[in-house]
Amino acid sequence: MSLLSVEDLVVRHGLLQAVRGVTFSIERGETLALVGANGAGKTTLLRAIAGAHQATSGRVVFDGADLSGVPSHERVRKGVALVPEGRRLFVQMTVEENLLLGRTAGRPGDWSVERVLETFPNLKPRRHAKAGHLSGGEQQATAIGRALMSNPDLLLLDEVSLGLSPLVVDRVYASLQGLISSGTTIVLVEQDLNRALSVSNKVICMLEGRVALAGDSKNVSRDEVTKAYFGLHRKAAGGVPA
Amino acid sequence: MSAASPVIERGTAASRIAGIGVIAIILLLALAPQFLSAGAVDRMTALFIYVILAAMWNALAGFGGLVSVGQQVFFGLGAYFAVRLANAGLNPFVSLFVSAVVVGAVSWPISLFMLRLRNGEFAIGMWVIAALTHLLVNLDRLIQGETGTSLISLNVYDASTRRLIIYWLALASMTALLAILFGLLRGSTGAAIRAIRDNEDAAASIGVRVTGTKRLLFVLAAFGIGVAGALWLATAITFQPKTYFSVQWTAYMIFMVLVGGIGTFEGAILGALLFFLIETWFGGTGVWYLIGLGATALVFSLLLPRGLWGTLEERFGWRLLSVGYRVRLPINASDTAGGTASPGQVSTSREKA
Amino acid sequence: MTNQIVQGILLGGYYALIACGLSFMFSVMRIINLAHGSLAILSAFALWLLASRFHISPFLGLAIVLPLMAVIGWALQRFLLERSARGGALLPILTTFGLAIVIDNVLFEQFGADTRSLAPFIGSLSYDSWEWPGSIYVGKLAVIIFVTAVVLLGGLQLFLTRTGLGRSIRATSEDPDTAGLVGVDARRANALAAAIAMVTVGLAGAFLGMRATFDPYAGATQLLFAFEAAVIGGAGSLWGTLVGGIVLALAQTLGAKIHPQGFLIGGHVAFLIVLFIRLSTSGIGLRGLLHLPTGKTP
Repeated sequence: MSLLSVEDLVVRHGLLQAVRGVTFSIERGETLALVGANGAGKTTLLRAIAGAHQATSGRVVFDGADLSGVPSHERVRKGVALVPEGRRLFVQMTVEENLLLGRTAGRPGDWSVERVLETFPNLKPRRHAKAGHLSGGEQQATAIGRALMSNPDLLLLDEVSLGLSPLVVDRVYASLQGLISSGTTIVLVEQDLNRALSVSNKVICMLEGRVALAGDSKNVSRDEVTKAYFGLHRKAAGGVPA
Repeated sequence: MSAASPVIERGTAASRIAGIGVIAIILLLALAPQFLSAGAVDRMTALFIYVILAAMWNALAGFGGLVSVGQQVFFGLGAYFAVRLANAGLNPFVSLFVSAVVVGAVSWPISLFMLRLRNGEFAIGMWVIAALTHLLVNLDRLIQGETGTSLISLNVYDASTRRLIIYWLALASMTALLAILFGLLRGSTGAAIRAIRDNEDAAASIGVRVTGTKRLLFVLAAFGIGVAGALWLATAITFQPKTYFSVQWTAYMIFMVLVGGIGTFEGAILGALLFFLIETWFGGTGVWYLIGLGATALVFSLLLPRGLWGTLEERFGWRLLSVGYRVRLPINASDTAGGTASPGQVSTSREKA
Repeated sequence: MTNQIVQGILLGGYYALIACGLSFMFSVMRIINLAHGSLAILSAFALWLLASRFHISPFLGLAIVLPLMAVIGWALQRFLLERSARGGALLPILTTFGLAIVIDNVLFEQFGADTRSLAPFIGSLSYDSWEWPGSIYVGKLAVIIFVTAVVLLGGLQLFLTRTGLGRSIRATSEDPDTAGLVGVDARRANALAAAIAMVTVGLAGAFLGMRATFDPYAGATQLLFAFEAAVIGGAGSLWGTLVGGIVLALAQTLGAKIHPQGFLIGGHVAFLIVLFIRLSTSGIGLRGLLHLPTGKTP
């Protein structure tokens, strides 16, 4: 049984259809990279899986349970954690307090403040600093740590490298690699195509709210993904009669 | 092309008929005392005052986004200044209106200060202003604290003349204030007001003078409520600060506007009418009447926040006194309108006012 | 003079008590509850009823009334405020104002216009006093109220910073959507905050009844006191509320010294002066005057 399957999901923002019928599934231990241009619907899809947006139609099935209508905090309890775009830390609270909030769901597991600080050593001296006073890299580490504190079965990462210097991105991805090899299931949105393909074993390219391309990261060529990214893929396919 | 281009209208056929109707009603009301008993004339005067109160509170809250629970300050001051001016020798009827002008002038410096507060802070801040003003008025020797005083100089007119003059003054004030508000909402300020009502931050970002517009509404509301307070004094003769500076007045205003339809021109008038009827029928039940008013306001804010008129307007597209614009795409406009309207279909873009 | 200052400071404790619930609720839910004062009076009447009808001492009565107030707070948030807050920032003002009118008039209907007090039910405590050096007499009750206020504010601060529930409430107050994404039930956090706020209101109502008199329409005045104390002190932390309460009480004391009717005027004027200074020295942002940075560690 797949850990997560998304079935014909449609999400609307007012009149705008941000996600228009997306279907995919991933198994336990896999890493799925979502790529696509700005406005392709990646963030909305991720937030809909986490319960921050309610789907108009379609289903999100997690660990065999239909999540339709389940509020976001209940989904955390079931094992879904999102690291939102822009980090969204509680800036008036300390790093430690932000991390402890991740505990609210009360899921059993190995993650503790200490382990997060070991995974992200740059946070160690900042433990009692207000989150609002952190550097971009430290904030990102706190946001990921906060999500991990809920001991999730599925970790959703939305543009973790956004706004960070390449060096810091390397460090964040090095920690992610550790999580992946320890068996955490991950769906990540990433703008950097090379990075997305190298870290993941599955890739989905979205275009205008739909899946334009899906495949194994090893088997798809960078060229193919780029074509799907700009919509050339679909046009080419449509132009040739089947 | 020109034949099929959208038509921009200021009203509907219904609203033109309504316009004529309004004039007829005002004329009828002006002649009404001929046929009404003295008691009925007094009640009608009260109704006109309620309409003023509702329309002015609606101007502030419904259009300016400023919910105040301290508007009784202007009601009380309207009466207080009238007493003071008449005491200084001014004709009592003239002093009613000079008083309202003074109230408007006083409200301007208050607005400089209070309009920087938002939402609940503004609401309750105005209440503090009202409480303080009440206490300060009590200090006036002429008022003698809560004992109060009377507009004695009004006694030179005999009772029936007085009743008639006050009736016509109230009718004229109501008509004039509604006309000013209507003109304001229809004019260039109206677009700004509606923009602020719908989204204050967005309005500011496209260059709408938010503070200036709000100040205009604040001063207008203060002036109008001042007129109402002065007129109430003229009907009651006696001035007791506790009665005039009571938060009950604001409770009435909120009830009328909330039930009628906040942010709609017609809703406030409808609300005043309903309040008048409820008061006539149930006012005698005392405290249960007040509990009912509070509970109704509570229920409307929860279940029907657009009020009766707002709900009807939304459901049926009713509009009698049109203060906005509407765009009408003519039949067969689909070619030129880029397919936004299918043939044979008249689509009217929703205007809110 | 020293005596009056001491009395003023002790009275400030009461104002802090009635103010902290108002600013706490505003910080968490961005709602100013206009029924705040009326609910304090409701609590005072409940205690009065228990004392006069069933001979339950007001202190004992708190064991019944405070849990009841917590339930009222919970229900208030779940059934009224949550719903009306969805309609924008203005509707809750109208909802709570309507509620205040209902509470005031129901109390009037039940208990009539008579002024009541809980003082007759607390024995000598209502007039006992200690003599402090410099022949200053301080009422035992006033000291109890002040100490209660300090303990309550300190306890609230500890609760917010040291417990999971407290952190959940703070997270919800900062960003309810993200709070949900990290596993916090924002609705529950809000309802809990409202329940806590109402317990403080209940306590304030009890002390109002013990140290003074009250009638069904006394809620409005208490609301204004709470608002003024909260705004005067609201810039800093929960402790700011205590400072605000003391400043308000001292201003009233000063006002009463200047003019026999100057007690209330002094408080209102002090409020407006502080407001003026705060408005002209700092831009009041979206968060508003009352917002407590609840993240402040003690």
